[in-house]
Amino acid sequence: MDVLDIIKPENQVFCKTKLMTNTDLSYCPGCGHGTVHNLAMEVIDEMGIVEDTIGVAPVGCSVLAYDFMNIDMTQAAHGRAPAVATAIARTWPDKYVFTYQGDGDLAAIGTAETIHTCNRGENIVIIFVNNGIYGMTGGQMAPTTLSGMQTSTSPYGREIETMGSPLKITELVANLPGVYYATRQAVHTHKHARKAKKAIKKAFENTRLKKGVSIIEIVSNCNSGWKMNPNESNEWMIDNMFPYFPLGDIKVNGKLK
Amino acid sequence: MSELKLMKGNEALAEGAIRAGVDAYFGYPITPQSEVIEYLMRERPEERTGMVVLQAESEVAAINMVYGAAGTGKRAMTSSSSPGISLKLEGISYLAGAELPAVIVNVVRGGPGLGTIQPSQADYFQSVKGGGHGDYKLYVLAPASVQEMADFVEDAFDIAFKYRAPVLILSDGLIGQMMEKVVLKDQQERRTDQEVIDQEGDWATTGKKGRERNIITSLDLKSEKMEARVHRLMKKYERMEKEDLRFEKINCDDADYLMVAYGSSARIAQKAMELAREKGIKVGLLRPITLFPFPKHQLFELADQVKGILSVELSAGQMVEDIRLSVEHKVPVEHFGRTGGIIHTPEEILEALEQKIISNGRIRHYQTREPSIL
Repeated sequence: MDVLDIIKPENQVFCKTKLMTNTDLSYCPGCGHGTVHNLAMEVIDEMGIVEDTIGVAPVGCSVLAYDFMNIDMTQAAHGRAPAVATAIARTWPDKYVFTYQGDGDLAAIGTAETIHTCNRGENIVIIFVNNGIYGMTGGQMAPTTLSGMQTSTSPYGREIETMGSPLKITELVANLPGVYYATRQAVHTHKHARKAKKAIKKAFENTRLKKGVSIIEIVSNCNSGWKMNPNESNEWMIDNMFPYFPLGDIKVNGKLK
Repeated sequence: MSELKLMKGNEALAEGAIRAGVDAYFGYPITPQSEVIEYLMRERPEERTGMVVLQAESEVAAINMVYGAAGTGKRAMTSSSSPGISLKLEGISYLAGAELPAVIVNVVRGGPGLGTIQPSQADYFQSVKGGGHGDYKLYVLAPASVQEMADFVEDAFDIAFKYRAPVLILSDGLIGQMMEKVVLKDQQERRTDQEVIDQEGDWATTGKKGRERNIITSLDLKSEKMEARVHRLMKKYERMEKEDLRFEKINCDDADYLMVAYGSSARIAQKAMELAREKGIKVGLLRPITLFPFPKHQLFELADQVKGILSVELSAGQMVEDIRLSVEHKVPVEHFGRTGGIIHTPEEILEALEQKIISNGRIRHYQTREPSIL
């Protein structure tokens, strides 16, 4: 039997996400970014809000997110995505506005914008991918790099005394009244990806209800930056990242867990 | 309805923004321009026209908010003073690179560093020579009165949207803080969301509806594409020079000597010119209203007529370099200016004119164009 006899529309159980372009992803094989892109685009497609959605891409590995997401998008300066999103949400109050940011962008250079956007309770969604490292620039230390973790700028391991502790920024902003929903998810298994998608959907629903900031942190791997193969990196993430950055809801419907 | 009012420069600018139908203002307080955001907050423009006014957490956030709103086709602006503008330069470079229409106002104070809160014109280089990174220019309007503070917001947005490029209004602490009478224009209707979509939908991120997606970015990883972007920007600037140069000539027809001054210095130089004419010295004044484009051809021609040119600026000498480039060594060009927030008097300017230009021994050499002197 020819393979084309099997691949028929009536037998199809899964297809490429409609709102993803045909551009090849620039991410390393094994990286979680592609999955997070897919989930976000699936949610926007399923909610039927593509005509009213504007995304903001960061600087970092996902700087080219606009090449892959087939929606209107603006690329922001490093760390400034929440400020850019603030203005779009304020001048177009009925649109769905989201930022897509990494840990360096959101929790280091853009800390002020992150905190004040959350504090003002801007009606936006923040999708925050935390892989504990600067991937794009070649594996330097991030604010979320774990204690003792080796990077090109902490070659002997992150030393807490001189370099500070890994920053739990989602817990930090969850304490602000402007944040309505804060959760930490992962996408390394189907089960986790499904949960993460649910969280993203809930976040966009919150925008519809004009509830303020919804932040979804996705703890992800960086096999290239961590210098491991994808499988090893996922195992390392489970063993090391999850204990420090525990998965689960941090704040739901405006109430801390 | 248009009305006559006595206003501060900064307040006139803020009122001008509301009446011009601006969609959004994002700012951060800094002396001597805080009256702009104070006035806007007091006036409740959200109720008057639906204009959004937001006090950002920093100048950096404010300029990036402008970037966000401008990317959706809205008329967005910010204002600050010198140290704050330095902070905004990254965002201004992004606006130029991403080809977004926006208006930035600089009410200049003395620098460098934290400097002084007194008036200055020492941000000329920063304004017309780029300031931020990369190959770009700003269209720069220099108001010399409270009236122009009110009028230039609308003019700036017209240029910004004509070229899809950021425009700078370069004021200073004197124009921003002084009070004059001003005729305020009629209220213009702010565009509806649908009008913005209809007019700017071919490029702005208003939501992908009935068209291909729009992307706002200044990133081109392929060198050929990046060079093409730079060439596109340069074409805009060439067109600005051809179509939108603005300047004012006062008493230049019979002038033996020329002063060049913009903004507050132009006001004081005008008085110095009157004092000179009372003494029988024929002095003219060229006031660049746009600093880029610069009236270089006008200066080149005037250099055939006058014996020397004095650049009058509240700086250690910045615009003087552009005047020298423009006149190509036909006549001596000297600078006079005070710094540190001190404002020159008309008498000081006249004295400088007499000493640096009229008694300048080199004038004779320029006229005979002796190579050793040139």
